Amino acid sequence: MSSFEYHRPTSVADAVAALGGGDEATVVAGGMTLLPTIKQRLADPSDLVDLSGVGEMKGISEEGGAIVIGAMTTHGEVASNPVVQAKIPALASLAGNIGDPQVRNRGTIGGSVANNDPAACYPAGLMAMNATVHTNKRAIPVDDFFTGMFETALEEGELVTKVSVPVPDKAAYIKFPQPASRYALVGVAVAQTGGAARVAVTGAGQDGVFRVADAEAALSGSFSPDALDGVSVDADGLNSDLHGSAAYRASLVMTLAKRAVAAANG
Amino acid sequence: MASVSMTVNGKSVSGDVAPNTLLVDFLRENLRLTGTHVGCDTSQCGACVIHVNGKSVKACTMLAVQAEGADVTTIEGLANGDQLHPMQEAFREHHGLQCGFCTPGMVMSAVDLANTIDNPDEKTIRHWLEGNICRCTGYHNIVKAIEAGSKAMQAGKQAAD
Repeated sequence: MSSFEYHRPTSVADAVAALGGGDEATVVAGGMTLLPTIKQRLADPSDLVDLSGVGEMKGISEEGGAIVIGAMTTHGEVASNPVVQAKIPALASLAGNIGDPQVRNRGTIGGSVANNDPAACYPAGLMAMNATVHTNKRAIPVDDFFTGMFETALEEGELVTKVSVPVPDKAAYIKFPQPASRYALVGVAVAQTGGAARVAVTGAGQDGVFRVADAEAALSGSFSPDALDGVSVDADGLNSDLHGSAAYRASLVMTLAKRAVAAANG
Repeated sequence: MASVSMTVNGKSVSGDVAPNTLLVDFLRENLRLTGTHVGCDTSQCGACVIHVNGKSVKACTMLAVQAEGADVTTIEGLANGDQLHPMQEAFREHHGLQCGFCTPGMVMSAVDLANTIDNPDEKTIRHWLEGNICRCTGYHNIVKAIEAGSKAMQAGKQAAD
């Protein structure tokens, strides 16, 4: 593992200042992706700015019809939080099935959204639930935040501080895990709020998470699995690898979307 | 170098480490607590699972400096003198190991499970073990051991109440 300087600021302002101090400084949240990446020498930061001491980035609260989750809140904390379980059980379930228990005890929602792994669970769930990503500079609607594979709208010196998730009327997320890695081969999240439906897909798109307009239109008319009969997604632009062809993934998207709607309807 | 201090198995410890020192290396090399194993070093196998502030984590995917001030428990900290922890005893009784390499991580993960969920059933146990790999594929007895160990821990808690 190559060497770096380590900083543990206690405020967002100090974290931003520390980030500006090194040539190749980077933040570490839970480190569940970053530390393995450094070990594999795919990243070589000059400085590691650990956000675990920043109190203002922690905690879960309910504010005006939304659940607000601090960026440094772990997946395990989201999964076991009584407010999340009561208001958005689909989000608690999503968080409770990321990785494994040890990953959930360290990995954070802020780290997951900032990394925007194309097979991560949170981007799909948050996009379906029309969340807003808050940074130290601005509030970014989720549709504008995820811009491509491992790409986000975050600029230099900009940190995710919290994520605000409007409470949907109904929602569910279904993951089809790749059998070895347990990452989503395909994962589909659906949410219905005030009659309008949103459908978001992870694991399948070459540009990361994406929405399925045709499925959303069908479900906004009738939020039932049958409403998706005849709806399909184009295999062009979907991932194709040894785990599954693009056509297989396209088929999985609609199968999982139906299952997710059925689960959301309880 | 950075100085780091933490509590490991109830004892205050400190040391000077490079910032890129993994917690598992600090435990094994500096403290000579070699019960925590390094299986894959890529965060997948779970042989290095320990408890940090009561929660199970992979010690190969955490820096020693990130454990500053933390309360750390390793496999060496479970037994009470010669008396095995109930989960260790259950692994012995049910032969929840073959070669034994994954066992420290399995036991530490299992103790966190039993502390988190009362009397977990087989499905819950198998789901919880997603982060622990046994390359002897001896999962059957591991699951049986964890079921029994969780019951023993529950009985111990009730006796204490």
